[in-house]
Amino acid sequence: MSVLEKLPLSLTVNGIEMKLSVAPWTSLLDLLRDHLDLTGTKKGCDHGQCGACTVLVDGRRINSCLTLAVMQDGARVTTVEGLATDGVLHALQQAFIDHDAFQCGYCTPGQICSAAGLIAEGKATSMDEIRELMSGNICRCGAYPNIVQAIQQAMARP
Amino acid sequence: MMDFQYVRATDVADAVRLISVDPAAKFIAGGTNLLDLMKEDVERPSRLIDISRLPLKSVEETGEKGLRVGALVPNSDLAYHPLVAQRYPMLASAILAGASPQLRNMASTGGNLLQRTRCAYFYDTATPCNKREAGSGCSAITGLNRIHAILGTSEACIATHPSDMCVALAALSASVHVAGPSGGRTIAFADFHCLPGDTPQVETTLEQNEIITAITLPPRGFAANYTYLKVRDRLSYAFALVSIAVGLELEGDRIKEARLALGGVAHKPWRDPAAEAALQDHAADQATFTRAADILLRDAKAFGHNAFKISLAHRAVVRALTQAAKGTPQSQSNKKIV
Repeated sequence: MSVLEKLPLSLTVNGIEMKLSVAPWTSLLDLLRDHLDLTGTKKGCDHGQCGACTVLVDGRRINSCLTLAVMQDGARVTTVEGLATDGVLHALQQAFIDHDAFQCGYCTPGQICSAAGLIAEGKATSMDEIRELMSGNICRCGAYPNIVQAIQQAMARP
Repeated sequence: MMDFQYVRATDVADAVRLISVDPAAKFIAGGTNLLDLMKEDVERPSRLIDISRLPLKSVEETGEKGLRVGALVPNSDLAYHPLVAQRYPMLASAILAGASPQLRNMASTGGNLLQRTRCAYFYDTATPCNKREAGSGCSAITGLNRIHAILGTSEACIATHPSDMCVALAALSASVHVAGPSGGRTIAFADFHCLPGDTPQVETTLEQNEIITAITLPPRGFAANYTYLKVRDRLSYAFALVSIAVGLELEGDRIKEARLALGGVAHKPWRDPAAEAALQDHAADQATFTRAADILLRDAKAFGHNAFKISLAHRAVVRALTQAAKGTPQSQSNKKIV
């Protein structure tokens, strides 16, 4: 295998099956943003410290900046663009609007994907637990109180 | 990030074969630390051997009433595993004190053992660092060393091991199972990580051509009297300045068996047989706890900015022993230290 050879990759992104070809050093984040034009997922620190790049892979929240796209061959990826169904916002998206849970909005796609993962995990019930289990998502505008309220609203929905 | 080749290992033997023929290659599993270091040009592997699909993802009871944890079990799955939560809550607590949920979903058990220090000079390729480039010098000794080690340091390196999970594994006396070209072997946890000495670039006793396959936990889990107390600069998602794992077995108010391991203070999770001996067969009270802390920190040495760690570690040891003895372990969501 030559160094510059691209590798085949099958992914299901937001429900759409794709056959792709990527260089080994392409992160999942760069694949989404630069190759698939899904720029909702943000590149904040690119080092796993800010959470802006959070997506769901096979239903689990991960930092897309710290995984190689080629390592996710066969996976099902959900980004913020894939949360709404038939034009209806996801409960978390609606809750973030209802609670004004952002200011500049840059961290918001990561916050929402992370919160979707948090709700699926089912480990957080109290406000302390939500704050702790959302600690991988930094909001430099400091919208944390509203973010926690928004997540509580979404969690309360059946 | 530099260019590199990528290959997927088909089984453990294949992984060992692939790494044996290419000393410049690296295994990748969760990737959370390795890819970060590659982006900073600290790690420059010619080839990544993807081991993330190997069948090392199960948690099973051993014949001796212990637990065998596959090297690829994600940190979050291990922390929330019912048998770990029930029998080894100190381990669950330590894992949940570290990183973020996203990182814990990615990071593997074996990879956690192999993560590198967060010393800023190690990360900064413009500065000398004996760990990154042997013989180039240590920038931390006379530099900004607030987060650095106070125990077991050398003139070559004062970096700390960053893991929380490993502090609990040290306290539990876990074993590390590895496979190499000539078969498997088992390494006691205390012998797995090294002190820096003259060779801080050598961090573990794992050979270049070996792969971690599992860790095992002995039956004794200290589920009744334990704590993992982590002190850091913010309440969450930060590396430890000092962390303490404690496991006690009590008989009335006497300590029958004691385990005490520290994170954030040394190049490896720090256990001291003399400090544990000072707890064993003594009353579980402040006087005993203080004496154990005195002994544990008797050779502690500061380098300027990190002088506060010596008194912080002393108080944290006493507090953690108190929490464990009372059966009131530190909560990892409500961070109030009681």
